[in-house]
Amino acid sequence: MSTLTNAPRATTTTPRKRAKGRAVWEENPTVFGRFGKSTVIAVTLAVFIVPVWAVVVTSFSTKASINAAGGLVLVPHGLSLSNYHLIFSGGTVTQALTVSAFVTIVGTAISMVVSVLCAYGLSRPRSFAQRPLLLTLVVTMFFNGGIIPTFLVVSDLKLYGSLWAMILPSAVNVFNILIIRSFFQNTAIELIEAARLDGANEWRLLWSIVIPTSRPVLAVMTMFYAVAYWGTFFNALLYEPDSRKWPLAMVIYEYTYSGNQMPGMGTTGIGGLADASQLGLQMCVVTLSLVPIIILTPFVQRHFAKGMLTGAIKG
Amino acid sequence: MASITTQEATPSKRRRLGGVREKGAQAPPKPPRMNWRLRLRRDKSLVLMTVPALILLALFNYLPMAGIIVAFEHYDIYQGILNSDFVGLAEFRELLSNPDFWHAFENTLVISFVQLILYFPIPIALALLVNTIISARARAFIQAVVYLPHFFSFVLVITIFQEFLGGAGVLNVFLNRHGISSWNVMTNPHTFKYLVTAQAVWKEAGWGLIVFLAALAAIDPALYESAAVDGAGRWRRMRHITFPGLRGIVVLMLVLRLGNALSVGFEQMLIQRQAVGAGAADVLDTYSYIYGIGGGFGSATTFGADYSYGAAAGLFKAVLSLILILGANKLAHAFGEDGLYRK
Repeated sequence: MSTLTNAPRATTTTPRKRAKGRAVWEENPTVFGRFGKSTVIAVTLAVFIVPVWAVVVTSFSTKASINAAGGLVLVPHGLSLSNYHLIFSGGTVTQALTVSAFVTIVGTAISMVVSVLCAYGLSRPRSFAQRPLLLTLVVTMFFNGGIIPTFLVVSDLKLYGSLWAMILPSAVNVFNILIIRSFFQNTAIELIEAARLDGANEWRLLWSIVIPTSRPVLAVMTMFYAVAYWGTFFNALLYEPDSRKWPLAMVIYEYTYSGNQMPGMGTTGIGGLADASQLGLQMCVVTLSLVPIIILTPFVQRHFAKGMLTGAIKG
Repeated sequence: MASITTQEATPSKRRRLGGVREKGAQAPPKPPRMNWRLRLRRDKSLVLMTVPALILLALFNYLPMAGIIVAFEHYDIYQGILNSDFVGLAEFRELLSNPDFWHAFENTLVISFVQLILYFPIPIALALLVNTIISARARAFIQAVVYLPHFFSFVLVITIFQEFLGGAGVLNVFLNRHGISSWNVMTNPHTFKYLVTAQAVWKEAGWGLIVFLAALAAIDPALYESAAVDGAGRWRRMRHITFPGLRGIVVLMLVLRLGNALSVGFEQMLIQRQAVGAGAADVLDTYSYIYGIGGGFGSATTFGADYSYGAAAGLFKAVLSLILILGANKLAHAFGEDGLYRK
């Protein structure tokens, strides 16, 4: 408790300087409160940062340092790219990355186009059949056919085993549409009226006025859709019997969580485990799947509060 | 479904379903209603815009709803949905007399309850704490860090847990080095409910943090100031200003949680089922899949799969969930709050 020894000193000298943003009426925090608070926050941050850090560091570690650590490497020591070289020479991960990238890019594009169009179509006050159309959407939030009928329908549509099975069944998220819609309802009504007087039709209004003024919510929604597609797992499990069509999440499930040997990466395979540890390779795949998220999040982060809260809670 | 339709269709209430703006739109006198033909002609591009979404919903949401009839049939893949034998409620009778099903039901309720008790308060406590941090940059940083796992898929989250708490994970390496025997949390069926709760907290606490922080930011600072001037200390201010200010959002989140009480981490259970065993990991969500499609991981075996039985289990859960969601929203409205929809 070194903090206790500090306390008297603070009182004998000039009164402690107030933190800059603290309101005049607010009392200064007690030493105990300050200490407790910073401990809790430090622990919380560690719980979230350390695992991600360990995974990334392990993926760059040599076999020697992984063995020395006996598992995940927490303190970097002897970093190398050899795990990544090996993993990209194996084919499985490259293939999975391609599948994941395809599903994410194509899926997000389809979802966004469909959602934005639908949201705008339902966002103009007193438009034709708005209530029934909205109801058609909302019903699907409350009730669904369940896994089996969906599986049978997707199979009947000849999507079983196709990459589209990971995209189309989950392409429309009604919740997201409602969020976008509530944003559209509040954007630039005067601008819209003015443009309409100038002869712009609905398509033009959407493209030139509503979309440019709704960038925050659209950024957040793009992120939401992209992240969902990037992590797609269950649809792959259901509809993709062929391991060449597995996305990254399936590969992680199969070769990292379940610990099965990756083809071409086993002890007898090319390269083998001579200069790489199985764990290092596994963490490479996990890192590959984390990195796009960690890179992209900060760009949309500042929009979150605005983008989510307006619509998300009071859908 | 009928109940929704009637609720939505009542004219006095119908305005409330959607966005914020309609509330304001009540004020000016309504322009005279146009003939529907005219309105259709005027709005045809708007209606056209909704068509792609409606087609996708029709294919992947409404068609499966119609496909629910397989739950009342003895579905045969060679005969298809329309020609299979109709057996009425036989599958449901089988379902309700199967102890495995009731076990899955019990697991669902237990896990849901544990999550309610352990998971729900954490984001609130965290938000109260983070809210006292003065530096806006520090607050943003903490939010960003805690929110990050929200974007990880459950496969990732579980893999990370495995590497830390599993048999060969960081925890056990540490324990073994200090001469303590291994303690494999990942395969212990007795503590599984706490494990899945911990995973859910790790993944979703950031979402709750952002929601509650936004609610805290919405409390008028003048209230705190005048209370402080009147001599209220920080604990009294928290009790009499912060807590009442959070009441609305807490009720709402509780209600949403209650409405989703039967959905307890589908992918989580599915992924970890092999590790902890069916006894601990079978819940209503996964039951339908595992007993319907056969649980052949990666390869949905068409032979030996009992689609009808699985569909019956799925329908049972869907109906119960619907009742819960509608009930929870009723409850929210009784508290004077908006639920998932306004009423």
